Amino acid sequence: MPEVEIPVEKWTGQVKTVKLGGGGRKEVVIGGQTTLPFLTFEGTIPNPPKIAIEVQDKEPSWPAPLLSAWGDAVKDTANWAKKAAELGADLICLKLLSAHPEGGNTGAAEAKAAVEKVLSAVDLPLIIIGPGVAEKDNEVLTAASEAAKGQRVVLGNCEEKNYRTIGAVCISDGHVAIAKTPLDINLCKQLNIMLSDLGVQNDSIIMDPDTGALGYGIEYGYSINERLRLAALGGDAMTSFPIINQVGSEVWRQKEARVGEGVPDEWGSHEERAVIWEEVTATSVINAGCDLVVMCHPKAIENVKATIDKLMGK
Amino acid sequence: MALTGIQIYKFLPKTNCKECNFPTCLAFAMKLAAGGVELAACPYVSDEGKAALAAAAKPPIKLIIIGDGDKKIEVGNETVMFRHEKTFVHPTALVVRIKDTDSADDVAKKVDEVGKYGVDRVGMTFGLDGFAIDNASGDAAKFLQAVDAVNSKTDLPLVLMSTDPGAMGQALDKVAAKKPLIYAATKDNIDQMLELAKKHSCPLAVRSAGGLNELAELTEKAAAAGVENLVIDPGTRDFADSLVTLTQIRRLALQKRYEPVGYPVITFPGEGAQTDEEEAVLAAQYVAKYGSIVVIDRFSPALALALITLRLNLYTDPQKPIQMKPGLYQIGEPKETSPVCVTTNFSLTYFSIAGELEGAGWPSWLVVCDTEGLSVLTAWSAGKFDAEKIAKTVKGENVAEKVSHHNVILPGGVAVLRGELEEELPDWTIMVGPREAMAVGGYLKENWKN
Repeated sequence: MPEVEIPVEKWTGQVKTVKLGGGGRKEVVIGGQTTLPFLTFEGTIPNPPKIAIEVQDKEPSWPAPLLSAWGDAVKDTANWAKKAAELGADLICLKLLSAHPEGGNTGAAEAKAAVEKVLSAVDLPLIIIGPGVAEKDNEVLTAASEAAKGQRVVLGNCEEKNYRTIGAVCISDGHVAIAKTPLDINLCKQLNIMLSDLGVQNDSIIMDPDTGALGYGIEYGYSINERLRLAALGGDAMTSFPIINQVGSEVWRQKEARVGEGVPDEWGSHEERAVIWEEVTATSVINAGCDLVVMCHPKAIENVKATIDKLMGK
Repeated sequence: MALTGIQIYKFLPKTNCKECNFPTCLAFAMKLAAGGVELAACPYVSDEGKAALAAAAKPPIKLIIIGDGDKKIEVGNETVMFRHEKTFVHPTALVVRIKDTDSADDVAKKVDEVGKYGVDRVGMTFGLDGFAIDNASGDAAKFLQAVDAVNSKTDLPLVLMSTDPGAMGQALDKVAAKKPLIYAATKDNIDQMLELAKKHSCPLAVRSAGGLNELAELTEKAAAAGVENLVIDPGTRDFADSLVTLTQIRRLALQKRYEPVGYPVITFPGEGAQTDEEEAVLAAQYVAKYGSIVVIDRFSPALALALITLRLNLYTDPQKPIQMKPGLYQIGEPKETSPVCVTTNFSLTYFSIAGELEGAGWPSWLVVCDTEGLSVLTAWSAGKFDAEKIAKTVKGENVAEKVSHHNVILPGGVAVLRGELEEELPDWTIMVGPREAMAVGGYLKENWKN
């Protein structure tokens, strides 16, 4: 019988290890791999990919499959976070959407209150995302940072225009920064370098290179994840931070997840389609190198969690 | 292994005759090794050299054709591990399994549903690729009946699944002309299956009970018998083993040029899954990670839509973005008073603006200009999105006849085109929309008074 010689890559790099939580809160560690996703025959994966569940600071305007799955819990941020923890979230991703100029334009005080609510409702590590408008992000994330001081939360997003403020806040309060760039590996690396130059430590950066949902540019996110991970394993220090992808909010913006009526019969049942959309998007970016997916639908979360376990050989 | 330029050079006449249009034989050899020229350009290469070079020039993963006619499945010929390196060539074939234990009614219904399944994406229609008929009963007569039933109702390619050479032989007598894939030769039946593959000139799948050693032994045996149109099944079914094994097979084929596994891989996510969702996720993994044929057990329209979409996304040329067919698109059910917006045919640009218009509750007319798949600013700076092109599209699509107003909204990023567009479209009022698609809802609320 022929003896097939299995080719093994000799990677020289390693994904950086980032610890989240602590300070009385559960601790979650991401990163640390010395191999491509789930290829344990040529390296180690000390920390399998984690799932953060999205929670918002106001009642969401969500499509039916999400609202029916979550029920009344989403009417209150604290209850929402508690239910997310019960569903097996590794982390909670709190989105301060009401601070958006067109979504309520709330300020620092409201942000602080929302963060405190979630911090006292659950003992999981927290990711806190601003409304995505640079000035408001600076305002509410600074307040959020103070409220969560010592609990090592993740603050995002640092973009090119506001990385200085949020990066500085992360340094002073001991938090982790998300470096967010729009689907471009070079911009991603550049922002990581700028954050490092600012003084944010290597163990305090995770990167969001962005992704589209299935059907809406997932191929870009997929390839950027793969390229970043290959570069990291090849020894490029400034691409070797753990990767976070906002899967849930990308998927649930799209028609396939949102719309139940007036679509072709070939699209099948609404809920089934929407859940498949989210889980296929999530597992695809995970297979491409994502370390931390943020998700929305309980059933998709359960299935992706099970998939990660199976890929880890559990 | 692929030959290096120096290895190729040994087979060349070394006369530097320049008839190949290269200055030296060595230069020609280097170019040949890089794949930039055909060996035929050298008139003096020896027969021995030709044979050696032909062997080395073989694609690392063999191209296999299943079925015949327009709808035949082509798989294999892949050249990269990652899609950013170079395009994945032949999209994963999605095949639906029918069991010969299903009732005749169920079979007829499924064949009909799968056969006519088609979804529109980016202005094109995509469907499923074939049927696998499984001799689950173990009974040759039932198998023949099922094969006949499916075959009579479809012109899609077939995979015949039985390890019983007798049952397979009978089925092939009936449908061999359609060049179905014979699944599968195992270590227990390979001699008979090879005979059938030869007799009917059909592609053959080889299945290992476990591990690549057994698989390589079987494919080498097949190749020695002259049967080289092979598809391989390494026998792995679960998530982790499949990912590892299929990655190893792709690496062995591409990096080591290890011929015994240089064939397309057939996969069975339904056998590694307990639930519909699990099958969907595992099938998606196979589409991304090195499955050439995916046999689906739990067919549903939603599952098919997701897999077809993922396949379309991952198998696009990374250098060439997915493009919309240019034209006039209706967002929701626009009326004659609805807004007319202009955009480019880069799929993501289209999806962003279409999604925002729809999300914000504005039925609209969207004029999609042919910018060769570039986004608004990129197309503008490349000279592919100008007033002339916009005007031509607006006129060509007869937009004026669809609406009662004459207002057209430009993307804010190309506000600079307003003046020229006013000249090109003198009957129209040119409005300048927001720079970001996200702001279009607010913009229309403020500015659309019709």
